[in-house]
Amino acid sequence: MGILDQKFENGNIVITSMDNLLNWARLSSLWGMQFGLACCAIEMMATGASHYDLDRFGTFFRGTPRQSDVMIVAGTVTLKMASRIKVLYDQMSEPRYVISMGSCSNCGGPYWEHGYHVLKGVDRIIPVDVYVPGCPPRPEALMEGLLKLQEKIRGESLAKKKSA
Amino acid sequence: MEENLAQVTTLPGFGRALKTEEMVINMGPQHPSTHGVLRLELVVDGEVVIDVIPQLGYLHRCFEKHCEHMTNYQQVIPYADRLDYVAAMSNEFGFVVAMERLLKIKVPERVEYIRVIMAEFSRIVSHLIALGTYGMDIGAFTPFLYCMRDREHVLDIFEETCGARLLYNYMWIGGLSHDVQPNFTEKVKSFCKYFRPKITELNDLLSYNKIFIKRTANVGVLPGDVALNYAVSGPVLRGSGVKWDLRKNDPYSVYDRLEFEIPVGRGLRGTVGDCWDRYMVRVHEMEQSVNIIEQAVDKLPSGDVQSALPKRIRPDAGDIYARTETPKGELGYYIVSDGTATPFRVKVKSPCFVNLSALPAMCRGAMIADVVAILGSIDIVLGEVDR
Amino acid sequence: MTPQEIFDALKTAFGDAVIEGKLTGTIDPFIKIAPDKAREIGLFLRDDPRLQFNVLMCLSGMDYAGGKLGVVYHLHSMAHNHKIVLKTEVPSEGGHVSSVESVWKTANWHEREAYDLYGMTFDGHPDMRRILMPYDWQGHPLRKDYQVPEFYNGMKVPY
Repeated sequence: MGILDQKFENGNIVITSMDNLLNWARLSSLWGMQFGLACCAIEMMATGASHYDLDRFGTFFRGTPRQSDVMIVAGTVTLKMASRIKVLYDQMSEPRYVISMGSCSNCGGPYWEHGYHVLKGVDRIIPVDVYVPGCPPRPEALMEGLLKLQEKIRGESLAKKKSA
Repeated sequence: MEENLAQVTTLPGFGRALKTEEMVINMGPQHPSTHGVLRLELVVDGEVVIDVIPQLGYLHRCFEKHCEHMTNYQQVIPYADRLDYVAAMSNEFGFVVAMERLLKIKVPERVEYIRVIMAEFSRIVSHLIALGTYGMDIGAFTPFLYCMRDREHVLDIFEETCGARLLYNYMWIGGLSHDVQPNFTEKVKSFCKYFRPKITELNDLLSYNKIFIKRTANVGVLPGDVALNYAVSGPVLRGSGVKWDLRKNDPYSVYDRLEFEIPVGRGLRGTVGDCWDRYMVRVHEMEQSVNIIEQAVDKLPSGDVQSALPKRIRPDAGDIYARTETPKGELGYYIVSDGTATPFRVKVKSPCFVNLSALPAMCRGAMIADVVAILGSIDIVLGEVDR
Repeated sequence: MTPQEIFDALKTAFGDAVIEGKLTGTIDPFIKIAPDKAREIGLFLRDDPRLQFNVLMCLSGMDYAGGKLGVVYHLHSMAHNHKIVLKTEVPSEGGHVSSVESVWKTANWHEREAYDLYGMTFDGHPDMRRILMPYDWQGHPLRKDYQVPEFYNGMKVPY
């Protein structure tokens, strides 16, 4: 990949077609890791169930981080759990994405002021791609977050180095 | 130490003795079947579990510390919602019952009946999730989807009433935040008519299924006297044969004016107190909840739901312990007031915390796969266990 | 039995260990007991045929501001359908309460939580360690004078 980086910095016809193909493949089958921590997990389960189906986007939940592409951090991250989240994030293989669902994992949520055991936002330990606000977010909001992640993946390219 | 760990077993037909050792396996905080972030340390000898040590605290969100810093008792209610996030109305109900006893407020009849209807709806919602995820743990995926489908109808009613699907902030001290919509009675009655056949459908799908019975009957037996010493409550206690329900034995709100039965486990498919009994108690409780809702919505009086809201909540110095029957068991609030508008201490006695402490007693001698079945039958919600 | 009868039965059995009782004028009448006699009093309350308090509903730690911690026990009898509240007080530093875990098994986790969040030790408890906070946490968070630490394992704790 080093030679390609130097000679074709903005991409040529070969790389853009490869980009489109790879990005389309990645975004159409984002396998999520089952990582419900708290109340947002129930809304994630409801989004995955039959009323607001997530399977039509190609997403279904895997139990292990080694087989998943996206980790949806749904719920409050506590200090005791934070080291486990880092371990699980490290076990995911690239390309990997993180959706932070709900205000607790965005910024600490309702526990921001006096929570001595709450980590104020999961982005303090792992890089986050999409933030979905809400407490808990509606299933439609989570689906919009997933679609935004798909847009982000669509814009990726082999020539440009993917950040983090 | 080593000779304690090693046990010598002789297999029939073999000339040599086989030495076994205990092994500690971690069922980590991220696991599909632990219903949240719970860590179980299993001490096993081969496939047989010798001891289970639950490790908690992965969702400790400092509820009691937040309560001590609120400027008003009403501000505790959104945090109380998030304790048992599956059945949020029941947590609010417990808190407002305790506060209204402490302040000696009497709320209008309309408020009482609407609260009972909402609490019974949240009981149905909680049991649907419990039964759906229990089937998923055992291996049956279809009942989960059917239960979530029925749950969406109840969430529609909640959303029309107070605007939220999961966490409501609806029951306030002295009243409710919104009155119900004009089409409330018809919607509730049509839901009750829709839901009764669905319980039969769930029974056909899962409850009397031969494989399900083989995995849950005679597994995780909890005798009644051990259950009382561990102070378990709710469907776990009733599944062990003890007929104790706070709605009948220590009534609060208007439950003493409604007629319903208390289902108790009788060991029809196995022993009294096994996982199948606890599961069936929940199924029968859903039927009884539909009865209660139909009676309450027929008796619903008219009135203003916000007429008794106090302008300033400043209880006299003192304390109170009040308990209500939530879908998980007996939820108790111990509220200590020092005469100011800020709570001095709010301690939550959560039923899931107490029920989970009985898990080691139920799991000794079971296989590793049975631990998943037993844990699912206790029906824990980690938000309440860790507060 | 009325709260006065329960108080009299305890006073005749234990004398000075039962410090005082506030039985009228409160919503929940309570009896104050000495902390080192909690286990014997609990055994008596559970096994005496007139009392039969077989369920420990709740065990709470308390921080009465002014250098005192406390433990509050809520007991209930299913056979006789009566309730009682017991309260104890210990100093903030080095407070010891005798554990009632051998009387009611449910107190095992409740006492671990009270130790974790307040810091009083329970003598005779088989497994006295933290239950909710991480095992290497410093301090007892629910005390009134608790200062939130700035960093824990490299993570910033306050907002």
